[in-house]
Amino acid sequence: MNSIETTSDLLKPTTRLKRRYRVERWFKRLGLTAIALSLSFVAFLFFTIFSDGYTAFKQSYIELEVHFAAEEFSQEKLANADYPGLVKHAMRTMFPEVTSREGKKFLYSLISPAAAYTLQNMVEADPKMIGTTQKVWVLADDDVDMLMKGKIDRSLGEGNRRVRDIQLAWIDRLESENRLETRFNKTFFTTGDSREPELAGILGAVKGSFFTLLITLSLSFPIGVAAAVYLEEFAPENKWTDLIEININNLAAVPSIIFGLLGLAIFINFWGLPRSTPMVGGLVLTLMTLPTIIIAGRASLKSVPPSIREAALGVGASKMQTVTHHVLPLAMPGMLTGTIIGMAQALGETAPLLMIGMVAFIVDVPGGITDPSAVLPVQIYLWADSPERGFTEKTAAAIMILLTFLIAMNSLAVFLRKKFEIKW
Amino acid sequence: MKVTSIFVAGALTLALTAPAMAARDYISIVGSSTVYPFATVVAEQFGKTSGSKTPKIESTGSGGGFKLFCSGVGVNFPDITNSSRAIKASEMKTCADNGVTEIVEVKIGYDGIVLANSKTVEALKLTRQDIFLALAKEVPDPANPEKLIANPYKTWKDVNSALADTKIEVLGPPPTSGTRDAFVELAMETGADTFPVIEGMKKTDKEGYKRVSQTVREDGAYIEAGENDNLIVQKLQANPTAVGIFGFSFLDQNADVLHGSIIEGEEPNFEGIAKGAYPVSRPLFFYVKKAHVDVIPGIKGYLAEFTSEKAWGEEGYLADKGMIPMPKEERQLFSKNVASLKVMDMK
Repeated sequence: MNSIETTSDLLKPTTRLKRRYRVERWFKRLGLTAIALSLSFVAFLFFTIFSDGYTAFKQSYIELEVHFAAEEFSQEKLANADYPGLVKHAMRTMFPEVTSREGKKFLYSLISPAAAYTLQNMVEADPKMIGTTQKVWVLADDDVDMLMKGKIDRSLGEGNRRVRDIQLAWIDRLESENRLETRFNKTFFTTGDSREPELAGILGAVKGSFFTLLITLSLSFPIGVAAAVYLEEFAPENKWTDLIEININNLAAVPSIIFGLLGLAIFINFWGLPRSTPMVGGLVLTLMTLPTIIIAGRASLKSVPPSIREAALGVGASKMQTVTHHVLPLAMPGMLTGTIIGMAQALGETAPLLMIGMVAFIVDVPGGITDPSAVLPVQIYLWADSPERGFTEKTAAAIMILLTFLIAMNSLAVFLRKKFEIKW
Repeated sequence: MKVTSIFVAGALTLALTAPAMAARDYISIVGSSTVYPFATVVAEQFGKTSGSKTPKIESTGSGGGFKLFCSGVGVNFPDITNSSRAIKASEMKTCADNGVTEIVEVKIGYDGIVLANSKTVEALKLTRQDIFLALAKEVPDPANPEKLIANPYKTWKDVNSALADTKIEVLGPPPTSGTRDAFVELAMETGADTFPVIEGMKKTDKEGYKRVSQTVREDGAYIEAGENDNLIVQKLQANPTAVGIFGFSFLDQNADVLHGSIIEGEEPNFEGIAKGAYPVSRPLFFYVKKAHVDVIPGIKGYLAEFTSEKAWGEEGYLADKGMIPMPKEERQLFSKNVASLKVMDMK
């Protein structure tokens, strides 16, 4: 009888046990709160970027009836014709009641300066157009665009907004005549940078990032893998290899701006490579990603069990054959993951590029590695610093595109790891 | 091993062939971040209408621009540098030492520096003396005007009893910025000169004068907001008692939410700055390397575009972007200098 009682006493939770349970519950709750807090920050970030940026994928267009008068094209070169004049003429015919000088200025400012380029391209593509009247959809000015997207408050007094009352009336009339509409913003994906928000595009920066990463990948992957294989499989263990290993680990922690300074001193000032080009950018980012790739490569080589090597050597394979036929293929998924993560890091990097002149205004879309170009994060930085309101949404849209690339690259890394991971 | 040797060979070829491919068919421009928004518009217009390549423009700051510009003659060095101040004698010397002896100076217009706050509260009416008292690190002791003390003022009312009783909270550019240099020189120094004790130091203690008249307080009343002026605009909207310092073009673009402080009776608007009535304004320049004009294609066209009436004139597109045009005679003078490529006197 007595013994049973003692057992139930033992099972009954004591105060100390209760306290230990309580502490554990609290610890779990704290952990959960930490996760919830960080998730809510991420959600907030994504929400603000998305709500600022989704409008950038739409753009306002105005329909004009342009008369390509033959006398305007009397000059020899088509490029010399007065295209802005054609746009102005079309606006005047549409609103014949506007006669005052100031009124005309407000009227013309509804249309983007890019409209003249559109007309020029049309005529150059098809000179037979001269002498005819054509209906053309041209880009609206960024102020009109902001108004259409509800980013300018109509209820404010006239002095407090960038669009005048008279312009509002014109805009409403254009809208009721179906001559003003918002469409998918193709321009954003097909042009380079511009100082007019409605004309600014991301293609220049995307191509610049692509060329830069191409250089980085084609240099850092072979060097990184070769260095990792040598250090892990062939190098003798002595003071020198220890020193090299310590230095590689240190390099991985060096702030990226230092690599920019190094690139400026060696690639530009000493080798004389052209500033602001993906070639120099790629070389600098190679220096930056190499340590990451070497460290990841060595770790994945280490994880290949020694029995594989011993078995290969045991049946008479040479050291070289062992490595290339057996060890390297097994270590490759880990190395690829490391490389992709290194590339993703390089894609988001601005600091070293600042030193080598890639933070620049470049309109022409780069065609190769020696053309000056910007990269995605630099484009974001430049747009965030521009005074025009229209660039706010472009900035957010560019961030969305950069994040898409980053998430895609990281998911690829996760996918490769999951698919080829081998459990020993 | 094979991979490595291929790579080493590749790197060597790259190193050897690099200088050969350095010929450049686009204009390279560096310099001031204040001139950047204007120069980029001209560059884009030039690129789109002339058929030449669009010039590449880096925003390095005025000082950084001269450093690059003056490092030598040749395709590896920029052709043009923008500046929000005139070239210094020391920079001219660096230029001359590196063989850059022929420089064409072009003044392009003016820029106003504004102190702005949210439209939800009243605009401030300030004098430059108020600005100095509110922002300097050391000010004359009100009890004993001969002595300098650490800035004791906490509210605008402390500075000048006519002002509102709100905390002094100014968001402005960091010391690396040209806007900060110009602001300190145009607003604070002139404000400091109104006190005989500081004015007197000009002759007796030049170093001390510079320190007193140009040092901004570091006790939290002046907040360095980084080079991003859009950030300042957003912060001002969120905090109506704060005042921000930035270039006129940002006020112009955000006129629906901000208004500029009236300085010595002058509102910061287009006409006031163009006439020179608004006290805190400065000229903007760019400098061209004459030796490059016939070597790099397009420089002449770019210069012609920049100095045309449709760009820098009173009705020009640069005025639409917030640059304040020069008077007509000055425009004529500089466009004549540009057409004849009149070089500066290097002393």
